[in-house]
Amino acid sequence: MNARWHILVVDDEETMTESLSAWLREDGYSVDCAGSGAEAIERARQRDYAIYFVDLKMPGGLDGIETMMEIRKLRPEASIIVITAYATVDTAITAMKEGAQEYIVKPCHPQEISLLVGRIIRVKKLQRENAILRRKLDRHYHLHDLVSRNPRMLEVFRLVRDVAHQRSTVLIQGESGTGKELIARAIHYSGERAAAPFVAVSCAALAETLLESELFGHEKGAFTGAVAQRKGKFEQADGGTIFLDEIGDISAKLQLDLLRVLQERRFFRVGGNAEIAVDVRVIAATHQDPLLAVREGRFRDDLYYRLNVINIHLPPLRERREDVPLLAQEFLERLGHEMGRDVAEISDEAMRLLVDHSWPGNVRELENALERAILSCRTRTLSAEDLAFLQPPTAAPSAAPDLPPGLTLQDLERQYIAATLERSGGNIKAAAAALGIDRSTLYEKIRRYEIPR
Amino acid sequence: MSPLGLLPLGSPPEAVLGELEAGLRLAFGVGTRRVEGFADPPEAYDRARGQWSAVALLRALLRRPASEGQPLLGVTERDLFVPVLSFVFGQAQLGGRVAVISLARLRPEFHGLRPDERLLARRALTEAVHEVGHTLGLLHCPDRRCPMALSPGLDDLDFKTTAPCASCAALLRGRRAAAGRPTAAPPPGGRT
Repeated sequence: MNARWHILVVDDEETMTESLSAWLREDGYSVDCAGSGAEAIERARQRDYAIYFVDLKMPGGLDGIETMMEIRKLRPEASIIVITAYATVDTAITAMKEGAQEYIVKPCHPQEISLLVGRIIRVKKLQRENAILRRKLDRHYHLHDLVSRNPRMLEVFRLVRDVAHQRSTVLIQGESGTGKELIARAIHYSGERAAAPFVAVSCAALAETLLESELFGHEKGAFTGAVAQRKGKFEQADGGTIFLDEIGDISAKLQLDLLRVLQERRFFRVGGNAEIAVDVRVIAATHQDPLLAVREGRFRDDLYYRLNVINIHLPPLRERREDVPLLAQEFLERLGHEMGRDVAEISDEAMRLLVDHSWPGNVRELENALERAILSCRTRTLSAEDLAFLQPPTAAPSAAPDLPPGLTLQDLERQYIAATLERSGGNIKAAAAALGIDRSTLYEKIRRYEIPR
Repeated sequence: MSPLGLLPLGSPPEAVLGELEAGLRLAFGVGTRRVEGFADPPEAYDRARGQWSAVALLRALLRRPASEGQPLLGVTERDLFVPVLSFVFGQAQLGGRVAVISLARLRPEFHGLRPDERLLARRALTEAVHEVGHTLGLLHCPDRRCPMALSPGLDDLDFKTTAPCASCAALLRGRRAAAGRPTAAPPPGGRT
């Protein structure tokens, strides 16, 4: 997939830029041309090119070496290939000393350029893969890792940038799969706490007593099975950030405990007598409407106001369809690499399907769909057929499902979740993916409906 | 898709032109039509290099008044170049209308070997499929056997088949369908 690599050809001779750019475009690269050093610098300011081909001799204005030096100031990571018609040792030495990565004398054999560009791109691909792997390994997500063209999301990014350096509590709202944890991580890793731990807790995944011990830790002998003292998530996150996902699901007692931590920054371990002080930033998230929960008395209003100092609301993917191509391309690149599949692009028809789909499971569903499509894709281009599972059924089902009368919607949901879990052999990740919800939501539903596992 | 105009520049061997007509039909499912009466544009000749500019030739082909819109493939005996490269086997307007191939370096005798008309015709066809593929919007293919693979040398060219691989054929079908043209699928396999 060469289209993502941008190359700039800089030469005052039009036939030169025209022919070299045509040659590179046939190889799939995205190529721009500049007719002078000044134009090249302006273009470098606007776009980060992977490779610059710069002709050494450009009469009038900046010559090749001067142009190259200016580009390197703007883009120190850029690979610059100097082209000259005059093969002299002096110019070669000067060019290399000033940071040219390669040096070619025109006219050169076609193989030379192909090998040269191929070699540079291979290194850049490795660097990129390295960055992806490192990011995956660390699970560090910075603000610049988030992509969107949607004005509401851009506003969210601006807010993330603004709040990253504060200590205020943040409440992130959004449907399942909209990327609440990603935003929480972006806040953490964009601020001064980045070097300290980011600790995520799914409040829906654990029973009340377990969650209490998970959050605050316990002393040895505090309860049956507490064979040793254990630090809780708040202590583990000391100096950093704790991310409390699905905060709307915690019990009344835990709401009170949490309120105390937020007010006093102190707590007791379960079964402990010594008060423990921590410096932790709290970021909470929920897919529910917390104000409604407050009005219905299911959530403490004082805790809500403590948590909701800064509110971030993430729009569902169906309300920011302009992001679908951007995200799809991003996932294609990452998943293709992770799965070892050379799927380079998405056909126009397939992209239309992606953009038109309603995505009830939001970005996570999009990612899962692309993973499935890449697996079935037999060429380098993801086609509409590879996404056939997204299309609504063409014919109406022959008969309504055989449902016993008197079933409530909740009964139906319970049965469906139980059946999906059975099909997945109790595998929570697979069941959640099949249901189009995230794992914490599934845990919460399993607990609420008391589904045996 | 309207038939491809096959434009001999000078006097390329009839055997080569015949091979191109048959092979291009197999590769793209499209017929060809001979177009005559075109002289080499003198401005394309570079006296210092003793070669002909591929870019200038393509420009001259684009200037042809007749049959506007018809895709054209020029076939020349001239040795072609582009400024940064010492030679090219051919050149095309990516996603455009015109392409040109040169037989000069495809001839074994250019490299000091015995003439071989059949080898020349096969090489010409492989190169023609490559350049016409570019005019249809195809980029270089990573499959080294596919005619759309980059071939900077004759070894690479001789290694290739003359029919687009399954992936390139699928891309072509997609582009034709998107352009509202009938989807004349190239036959599977093709000649090698």
